[in-house]
Amino acid sequence: MKAFATLFAVLDATTSTAGKTAALADYFRTAPDADKVWTIALLSGRRPRRAATATELRTWAAEAAGLSPWLFEESHAVVGDLAETIALILPSSADIAGLTGLDAVIRRLIALTGQPAEARRAAILALWASLPPAERFLATKLLTGGFRMGVSQGLMTRALAQATGRAEADLAHALMGDWNPAQTAFGALVSALETGAGSRPYPFALASPLEAAAATLGDPVDWRAEWKWDGIRGQIVARPGAFALWSRGEELITDRFPEFAPLRDHLPEGTVMDGEVLAWDRASGRPLPFAALQRRIGRKTVPKALLREAPAQFLAYDLLEAGGEDLRAQPFAARREALDTLLAGLPPGLPLAASPLVTFYDWDALAVRRQTAREGGTEGLMLKRAASPYLGGRKRGDWWKWKLDPYSIDAVMLYAQAGHGRRAGLFTDFTFAVRDGEALVPVAKAYSGLTDAEFAEITAWVQRHTLERFGPVRRVPPDLVFEIAFEGIQASPRHKSGIALRFPRMLRWRRDKPVAEIDTLEALRGLLAADRGLRAPGPPRDI
Amino acid sequence: MAPDLLTLTPQGLFCPAGGFHIDPWRPVARALVTHGHSDHARPGHAAYLTTPQALPVIRHRLGPITAESLPYGQPLAIGPVTVSFHPAGHVPGSAQVRVEHRGEVWVVSGDYKTEADGLAEPFAPVPCHAFITECTFGLPVFRWRPQPMVIADVAAWWAANARAGKTSLLAAYSFGKAQRLLAALPPLGPILTHGAVEEINQILRAQGYPLPATTRVTPEITAKTHPGALVLAPPSALATPWARRFEPAEEAMASGWMAVRGIRRRRGLGTGFALSDHADWDGLLTAVKATGAPRIRATHGYTVPFARHLCDLGLQADTLQTEFTGDDTPGDGA
Repeated sequence: MKAFATLFAVLDATTSTAGKTAALADYFRTAPDADKVWTIALLSGRRPRRAATATELRTWAAEAAGLSPWLFEESHAVVGDLAETIALILPSSADIAGLTGLDAVIRRLIALTGQPAEARRAAILALWASLPPAERFLATKLLTGGFRMGVSQGLMTRALAQATGRAEADLAHALMGDWNPAQTAFGALVSALETGAGSRPYPFALASPLEAAAATLGDPVDWRAEWKWDGIRGQIVARPGAFALWSRGEELITDRFPEFAPLRDHLPEGTVMDGEVLAWDRASGRPLPFAALQRRIGRKTVPKALLREAPAQFLAYDLLEAGGEDLRAQPFAARREALDTLLAGLPPGLPLAASPLVTFYDWDALAVRRQTAREGGTEGLMLKRAASPYLGGRKRGDWWKWKLDPYSIDAVMLYAQAGHGRRAGLFTDFTFAVRDGEALVPVAKAYSGLTDAEFAEITAWVQRHTLERFGPVRRVPPDLVFEIAFEGIQASPRHKSGIALRFPRMLRWRRDKPVAEIDTLEALRGLLAADRGLRAPGPPRDI
Repeated sequence: MAPDLLTLTPQGLFCPAGGFHIDPWRPVARALVTHGHSDHARPGHAAYLTTPQALPVIRHRLGPITAESLPYGQPLAIGPVTVSFHPAGHVPGSAQVRVEHRGEVWVVSGDYKTEADGLAEPFAPVPCHAFITECTFGLPVFRWRPQPMVIADVAAWWAANARAGKTSLLAAYSFGKAQRLLAALPPLGPILTHGAVEEINQILRAQGYPLPATTRVTPEITAKTHPGALVLAPPSALATPWARRFEPAEEAMASGWMAVRGIRRRRGLGTGFALSDHADWDGLLTAVKATGAPRIRATHGYTVPFARHLCDLGLQADTLQTEFTGDDTPGDGA
């Protein structure tokens, strides 16, 4: 654990990419193999199953420290991180040498899952008592999940490449999929791997937001455009003996979308497609609102009624593997043609289609088309260079997302809550309301979009203007007005306002705007109606 | 029930029986001042009373003022009230104020810490009936490691930077924290000081406080002229053109807030040393118990949870809304 804690301290102390890569590469050269496998797993978003719930952890820690639950919660609100709060409040045992390795600690935690609460409590209290505070913090992080170390998977792969001498792209592919760190040896993990093995997906190619004018991309002939769908990015992998649907977060979601199971019988062996999972309205040939898809996420088994109400469709963007051959080095235009040919050979009625290309001859005309994106239930356009290979990760230059401008409203702050992590002790999470006659109705929560200086100023204001405290939440006078941007609007019976905003964030603090001039619930309802109208069933456009 | 010996007025804490204020934030006729930090020693009062050790810094910061000093432990009658100063251990010269009237004793802590730092006069608990205590760090997540351990970390950081050919830029409050570090750090190399720090150094040296030799940063001083140096500067001097002359440099800050990772990261600091001139959670509870006071009033800091915890312990505790703002926002030099 000590080597891992030292690595964490170095990564935490530097913002320099070169410094982080060097520290990681050094770790990968020197740490025990078993610890390295876990470190790779943690840095690529894998973590051991939780041996305890957050509620259990806070209860046990507060008891061990002799603190009331409310005092623990006050502390948590200030520290902004559960694991750190626990590490800080427990009696300190400064002179313990942390002799246990990362692998050993994690195996102890895994062994606890499924055991009775009393046994888990005793084991976790013993673990806490056996570690110095820095290692106790990390061990608790393993228990609470959400392990972020400021290291992207790309950076980790680069460091691993430096330490092992293997090519970065090979390693990136080798680390994809559902390998189990508890059963994987370091050598096997990073050693040569056969292309197209098992159900392993390829590293996803990601797009960057287009900030410059589209015309700066050059000749339209060199580009392809498609709609930017608002669903779940995924890869369908069909290989001999394997069929899998992977989310971009490398989660295996095959069982959540049983309607894709028939594809197993129809796709040629050795096929990998990149695309988007959407909840689909077959009658209109358009996607259902994201809320419909949301009902399917997180359900391991899907009730029949839901399958009928929110059937899934896979819109394919790209063909990464055909006949067991890795196509990623070929130009996008060629891959796309191969995709169309493949899909044309499939029987009708499958929940699978190519994401339509948007033909265009000049950028201005495409810009006009982009303005109609919401009518088709999309977020804007994707632009891909016709000659580009399929590159894992976010490599700027070949793939751009050209989204519509968001909606925006002016709303007033009603509640404030302290943030987490880097924003501990600052009030950064706000609830906003619009006017409904004389009343104010909460419509959105947002926590991003302001500068640190603005958050600091608002924090000081909240501290001086708190009207009521509900645990970590403060009610404040409705005085501060913000422009809130959001991507979409949906009816929601779960919200008092009857609507839910998608991806709300603060666009700016409107110091100039009096509360009397904020937007009304009526206006939002009008927006909802207009948005629905645009999605009303009708003949599909020529997209 | 007798009226409270000390009450809150728009000017600050007030003793009606004695007609004086303690650390008032708006101009008053007579101010008892616990120490020279700017949220406690404010300008504009007609008359100041403080300890002889605290007075030079206060005069330096406030300019010409009418001031008297009263040594630690020596009683002074102000009308029917007897007042005295007692060491608070916060910074050199800092005091708690004991106020006695008809056998009832109240103590105002000012800012304090319970660990002796080797420079400030060590905190001495004063038995009383009511204790008005600060609680800047009044949550159980704030528990300091002993000073020698923190200093060893600072020294190791400085030595490692020097080996790597880098300057060590250490941000610390210019009055108190900076001198505490100076007095405690081993002599590993040249120590350079920002003007704000050096002015206080000179005043304290003249008073006889033992501080090592330091060099004030002047325009010709750079990383090249003083390789491997430690530079002590107020937090506001980090990331300024002034600081750039020391590149390549590592930056760090010494403050109790550095105990929390999120706060340290928000300051853009890779390294933070949790070294505070305020009492930690255990220190606050120890101090409260040592007074034997049944009544506690919590001011500046985590007043609400701290008072509630004291109530849970069976004490009569509430909060006092003061305007000592300097420590409100995590990230200042506390």
